Amino acid sequence: MKNVVRVASGQGFWGDSLDAPRQQVAGGQIDYLMLDYLAEVTMSILQKQKERDASMGYARDFVGAVESVLPAVLERGVRVIANAGGVNPPACATAVRALTSSSNSDGLRIAVVTGDDLLGRVDELIDSGHALTNMDTGEPLASIRDRVLSANAYVGSTPIVEGLAKGANVVITGRSTDTALTMAPLRHEFGWGAHDWDLLAAGIIAGHIIECGAQCSGGNCLYDWRSIPDLANVGYPIAEASPDGTFVITKHDGTGGRVSVPSVTEQLVYEMGNPHEYITPDVIADFTTIRLEDAGPDRVRVFGIKGRPATDKLKVSIAYSAGFKAVGTLVYSWPDALEKAQAADRILRERLDRLGLRFDHVMTEFVGASATHGPLAYADLHDLEPSLPEVQLRVGVRGGVRKDVERFTREIAPLVLNGPPSVTGFAGGRPKVEEIVAYWPALIDKAVVATKVEIV
Amino acid sequence: MKIRLVEVAHARSGDKGDTANVGLIALKPEWYELLRRYVTREAVAAHFKGAITGDVTRYELPNLNALNFLLHGALDGGGTLSLKTDAQGKVFSTALLRMTIDVPEQELQTLGLDAARAAR
Repeated sequence: MKNVVRVASGQGFWGDSLDAPRQQVAGGQIDYLMLDYLAEVTMSILQKQKERDASMGYARDFVGAVESVLPAVLERGVRVIANAGGVNPPACATAVRALTSSSNSDGLRIAVVTGDDLLGRVDELIDSGHALTNMDTGEPLASIRDRVLSANAYVGSTPIVEGLAKGANVVITGRSTDTALTMAPLRHEFGWGAHDWDLLAAGIIAGHIIECGAQCSGGNCLYDWRSIPDLANVGYPIAEASPDGTFVITKHDGTGGRVSVPSVTEQLVYEMGNPHEYITPDVIADFTTIRLEDAGPDRVRVFGIKGRPATDKLKVSIAYSAGFKAVGTLVYSWPDALEKAQAADRILRERLDRLGLRFDHVMTEFVGASATHGPLAYADLHDLEPSLPEVQLRVGVRGGVRKDVERFTREIAPLVLNGPPSVTGFAGGRPKVEEIVAYWPALIDKAVVATKVEIV
Repeated sequence: MKIRLVEVAHARSGDKGDTANVGLIALKPEWYELLRRYVTREAVAAHFKGAITGDVTRYELPNLNALNFLLHGALDGGGTLSLKTDAQGKVFSTALLRMTIDVPEQELQTLGLDAARAAR
């Protein structure tokens, strides 16, 4: 057994730096490269792509990422684990395979994890008593059944461990939890059992720390942010894990950014719910047991983590069609920039009323004045307002009637000539109407979901 | 004496559906107690009044010198439904750091927080 296993994060979301995967294998010794591509609504976007073309439905960036690290995989034994499969992991594997056959590499063993996709089973599940109730609102899925676009169970580390045990050097999953991508190789290497709750929780927390890429190594770090060096060359994080469940978060030498107790703490609290119970398919991790210790420059030691038995449920991520929206903007300049933007907003709303357009919601923000902090900013704004150089009026609408949202998009530009003065910033043209794909979180019995692992 | 949280804490925020979470972290370990005592659930709910539609929940993480707040009904429906610039609650962190707490001067001095840090 290895004494230390290094899991490197090379992608925090689909759209993250294209260079990070290659930098992680080039910058020093690592054992595993973990790439997280899936956010809550990503699955529905991928589902739409798959409906248009049956060979699509996965994160296509992943193919380029594998290409960029291929020598390290084939020659140095670095293994890649990614949830890039989206709603079509086999097609993702085919695309990766095509890449390698053209470069004459037969040393590739790709494991494909399937079974998380429940879209084709929704009726069967509802009929057999699984209401797939919305965890936030308590409504049963039947109320929006005809608008469901995708449905995937979040699966845990077990199928990834199985793929690694079968000798895969690339593991492609669909909707695995982000944290399982890091925990699975530790289970595999250290032989942690499925009931070693403290160890599994430690692996999950290592995953939580590195799953957002550089957001734990100096990116988006508020603590002493001016002093964080060389973000242009930011080092993505690496978890150096030990068999006893302790680990060190670090990054490669010679990279920018910073790994410190404050930078890791900020990431630990990111998207946190009840810290006593961070629920995953593998284990319930207790964030109130985490201990952090400065272990030298850009090294933070993490220890003390406790876990509890997992529940008998899996979370299901369901995406459904929920109407349409559009957001339009205009920029008003000094003098009295905010007052002009407010006047334009009143005029626009009056016109929308007169047209009899039906919206579920109309929202106005004044960017540069109060958009992000809303009423909390008013006290400070009072002194600043007369001197604001410009304010962006930003009006959004949403509703179930597409043509009403379309009509809204025609009402912005006219304000340039027939509204308040000193207006600009309309060069982008008419706002785009977007179909809203909303998120429906639910739970399902674990026994209902059977994952499958194939080597291709 | 009033002191703004930005002087004693840093923070990061994120989303879960229509709920924003803010992790509030003491800039120095010895200031955690100040946060724990003065940044109560009620005080934070009052601070965000008018900016969120739901309740506030608070959790303590003394191991990280941090508090975690859940601000319910903060994101205009959240995710893709939201029309907000900050649909994913990324800067509710700094919105919380705007908050001021009222601390006896003696207590601030004990913690090495002099009048220069007091809110203007």
